[in-house]
Amino acid sequence: MGKTLFDKVWDNHVVDQLENGPDILYIDKHLIHEVTSPQAFSALKERNVPVFRPQQIVATADHNVPTLNQHLPITDELSRNQVAKLRQNCEEHNIELYGLGHPYQGIVHVIGPELGITQPGMTMVCGDSHTSTHGAFGSIAFGIGTSQVAQVFASQCLLVGKPKSMRIVVNGELKPGVHPKDVILYIISKLGTDSGTGYFAEYAGSVFENMTMEGRMTVCNMSIEMGARGGMIAPDKTTYEYVKGKEFAPKGKELETKISHWKTLPTDDDAVFDKEYTFDAADIGPMITYGTNPGMGIRVDEQIPTDENESYQKALDYMGFSQGDSLHKLPINYVFIGSCTNSRIEDFRAASKYIKGKKKASNVNALIVPGSQQVAKQIQAEGLHKIFEAAGFEIRQPGCSACLAMNDDKIPAGEYCVSTSNRNFEGRQGPGARTILASPMTAAAAAIEGKIVDITQL
Amino acid sequence: MEKFTRLQQTAIPLDIENVDTDQIIPARFLKATDRKGFGENLFRDWRYNGDQNPIDSFILNNKNYSGPILVAGNNFGCGSSREHAAWALTDFGFKVVISSFFADIFKGNALNNGLLPIQVNPEQLRLIFKAIESDPKCEFVVDLEKQTLQIASIDLIINFEINGYKKICLINGYDDIDYLINNKQKIIEFENKRNA
Repeated sequence: MGKTLFDKVWDNHVVDQLENGPDILYIDKHLIHEVTSPQAFSALKERNVPVFRPQQIVATADHNVPTLNQHLPITDELSRNQVAKLRQNCEEHNIELYGLGHPYQGIVHVIGPELGITQPGMTMVCGDSHTSTHGAFGSIAFGIGTSQVAQVFASQCLLVGKPKSMRIVVNGELKPGVHPKDVILYIISKLGTDSGTGYFAEYAGSVFENMTMEGRMTVCNMSIEMGARGGMIAPDKTTYEYVKGKEFAPKGKELETKISHWKTLPTDDDAVFDKEYTFDAADIGPMITYGTNPGMGIRVDEQIPTDENESYQKALDYMGFSQGDSLHKLPINYVFIGSCTNSRIEDFRAASKYIKGKKKASNVNALIVPGSQQVAKQIQAEGLHKIFEAAGFEIRQPGCSACLAMNDDKIPAGEYCVSTSNRNFEGRQGPGARTILASPMTAAAAAIEGKIVDITQL
Repeated sequence: MEKFTRLQQTAIPLDIENVDTDQIIPARFLKATDRKGFGENLFRDWRYNGDQNPIDSFILNNKNYSGPILVAGNNFGCGSSREHAAWALTDFGFKVVISSFFADIFKGNALNNGLLPIQVNPEQLRLIFKAIESDPKCEFVVDLEKQTLQIASIDLIINFEINGYKKICLINGYDDIDYLINNKQKIIEFENKRNA
């Protein structure tokens, strides 16, 4: 029987198998940030164990960092301490840190790919559930808890059971105005937030084959929102072209050898998945969420479904919506374009294309937060900042920003925010804040119009 | 890690589905650099209102219910990988979480912190919620060695599943990290073979 992409990469990294237990899985790259690493460093210290392979670890500060005045000390004392602790730990253990002020600083899942750290066929982990992003390159990448961060520090390995496999196929052609974000929000709305639990997903079909790497990253990023530990897309020419020339990517002869290996990775024709779903691109339109989990999504032109479930009603009460409501033309006061889901250059290009020559509605606070220093530089180089500024959008410095209400960027209680981030949980963007997830284009249009609109109808 | 063998205690019912780790511990409380004290902010925005007064309707503020066992709705612990969620639950005093479904990362984090996740089927979960509703003081017996959950008041015995390796870890208080460090030679051999 043939092997899946996932099987091939997994099997290449199994150090040993415990009888009736988990595998010892070797980890090629370990990304760390300030929030989920300090207790792992302490765990090593308590055991008097060194970091085993510091050269395979890359650190950055992203969750806690302010997006204004990054050259000044962080005002919030706890955040300042946590970021300082990261620096201290990295210095002590000889780990490469792209901290505040470094030209490579940014959201951990944006900088890995853009620096060529992320490559096909790798195993990658990070103490962050959106590590699934890196699966866009055909790598096994997944989020881990802090105890596991300590395990990887100590041994460059993890004890993990091999998950089951699922394939999600989307064939056909996406309609104009339909973004990769809409594709993944559509999939999660159909499958639910727990459909992928215990599984690793592979996205296949012409829609993903025709996607850019940025689009693929957006899709794989949200695999965890359907419960899947990770999601992968087979590496192809688009992947090789993206990786080529990146700072830490293999070069010359080494790259050629790597590419010939990467070519062997895609799923064999006779491989069997534990479950499989197929969708038609023609059914997908611009999506928005109406509830408090990413599975509660509809096309902008649809109504909120009816459901007797108490938890469902609780979610709608929190959002201030009723069953059967349409959200088309719903007035909104906040727009956030950023996060590890949608803060890459392509996302800002898409948003700016719509915004060019227009002005945001006067009631709207519109925030543009690049995913990294390199993306910020690119925005300037392409002159996109002029478009955003002329339209009244505020461009901030790189970080996780308003995605998770951990830094200064928060949405006030009761306010609706059309957000390109990944989670619409209660309080995710600030206590009482109401998040409506959408693509960068839908978010940009909401900022201009001051309400939710269907971009395919404009 | 603390050892876990057997427990005979009451439970607290949290009949809500898809409880995500942002609810268990909101991100703004993740700024500590040690593992202590997260229990104070467990379910912060459900336990307290904006004025920091307890919300009476929330189950953890209801004096009728107590105990180290949390019974929760389907898909508990989804969302962020923050292990702080497991730390908050154990720091608050929970030793067992019962649900009809757990998110992967949360489940792993719980097991790595001596917090036992017990998965039951949806019908059993309904029966368990009913049992607590009719008698908040009804006792649960959790026996990890035998892999059983018993509620005498409703004549219920459930055999639950747990990975054999993880069971040994919990009973003996072993951490994965010790196992991995003891296998370093194998790991080095693997690296050498790959680089050859």
